[in-house]
Amino acid sequence: MEWINAIVQGILLGGLYALFAAGLSLMFGVMRFVNLAHGDFIVAGAFGALLLVESLGLHPLLTLVIVLPVMAAFGYVGQRLVLNRVVGRDILPSILVTFGFSVILQNLMLEQFSADSQRLSAGALDTASFGIGSLSIGAVPLLMFGAAVAVLGGLNWFFGHTNTGRLLRATSDDGEIIGLMGADRRHLFAIATALASAVVAIAGVLMAVKTNFDPSAGPIRLLFAFEAVIIGGLGSLWGTLAGGIILGVAQGIGAQIDPGLQILAGHIVFLIILVVRPQGLFPKQKG
Amino acid sequence: MSQLLKIEDLDAFYGDFQALFEISFEMAEAETVALVGANGAGKSTFLKCLTGLLPTRGQRILYRGNNIAGVPAFKIARQGIAMSPEGRRLFPSLSVKENLMLGANVGRKGQWDLAAVQALFPILEEKRDIPATLLSGGQQQMVAIGRALMSNPALLLLDEVSLGLAPVIVRDIYAALPKIRTGGTAVLLVEQDIGMAMQVSDRMYCFQEGHVSLQGVSADMTRDMISTAYFGREKEVQ
Repeated sequence: MEWINAIVQGILLGGLYALFAAGLSLMFGVMRFVNLAHGDFIVAGAFGALLLVESLGLHPLLTLVIVLPVMAAFGYVGQRLVLNRVVGRDILPSILVTFGFSVILQNLMLEQFSADSQRLSAGALDTASFGIGSLSIGAVPLLMFGAAVAVLGGLNWFFGHTNTGRLLRATSDDGEIIGLMGADRRHLFAIATALASAVVAIAGVLMAVKTNFDPSAGPIRLLFAFEAVIIGGLGSLWGTLAGGIILGVAQGIGAQIDPGLQILAGHIVFLIILVVRPQGLFPKQKG
Repeated sequence: MSQLLKIEDLDAFYGDFQALFEISFEMAEAETVALVGANGAGKSTFLKCLTGLLPTRGQRILYRGNNIAGVPAFKIARQGIAMSPEGRRLFPSLSVKENLMLGANVGRKGQWDLAAVQALFPILEEKRDIPATLLSGGQQQMVAIGRALMSNPALLLLDEVSLGLAPVIVRDIYAALPKIRTGGTAVLLVEQDIGMAMQVSDRMYCFQEGHVSLQGVSADMTRDMISTAYFGREKEVQ
């Protein structure tokens, strides 16, 4: 029973990892852009929520009403003003610039919020749980998983059924000729970053409720995000969810064997998949 | 007929490599012009300059009297220049119908919509939900042309439509040309098949190593003149 519980908790945790990964995957998919500051943006979202909880007394989950649009707008403007200058055939400039962002963000947060570990309380939700048989499922993990499915499902619908979604998929396929379709590539890139930033905001706020965080917590989230993306296969949103779940379950089982093995078990599964199936479990089909 | 395109002394570069030298070129509204030349003569480069895919800042490409040199590709598309690019360049993760719909994103009104394109190439309706790059080469070419038509262009650029296709399929595709022209759309086509180029065009240009080596009315040209312009010395025919 303990093992089943570990697996179920791992699956639910996988939802959070999929949320970490979705934004990264989206930006890489549309513009071949690796955002090394991705994890720090997630933590920034968490601190944004903290700021609003402390200053306005909002419920942590309600802070999304402000954090999400602010981060999306920030993403759009940041892409137009800065990141569009380093998008291109060469991936190195984007890595250097976002690495710089990562360092700056971590230090700004350290300056502003100190190195103390923080956590947001969701009130009664923190301890609420549902019993299924002898399993006990927490409300917060369930909420995270539900949010992940809703976000990925929403993105999937957006990419499949709207004109902007089609344009973003086309940009991912062949960005050079997207201008022939009367679309401004710089605007599409900024839309992709705005979408990714909105997902980052959701991931950040949920993370703040689920676990402790501090200004240096970003890089490990980035690592989890990378692992989930690679396990799932680039370019597939449901693959990203699967990748997150596999990572979460591996960590859950690892922790069940020995609490010290939690993170290591995730890395080992990631390495095994990288060796056995480097294209990931659900890679995008190439015609 | 009023002037659609007027270009004087156009140069184009890939980095330090100069691909086009002082190209002068004219086209009238609703005219069909063929552009021929050997591989590497600069034909596709020229089309990329017209669509804004290659930078031309500071030069003169007059389209309906406005200079479009240096204007971004998406704005040129909205002004009515569409292209079926070399190698077709369909979007693999989009279905046939979705590829066609993207052409309409340009947002120009006119006779061409999904139904009209599907009537022109009926096979595209049958295969509408299949990923575009899983079609046969000829069908893919139809998608590329259809996608360009969906923007209701005033000037349609067709780059190497017949490349790699069986002659019978090339004939099928060219059979659509008269219907495309009836709406007043001007067509500039790059073609390796000289016989086909002479047959369907009003006027022809021949490029050689980035220069115009021959130009004139297609009906006045002979194969000898063209093959000289293809491979030999520069020669001007009025």
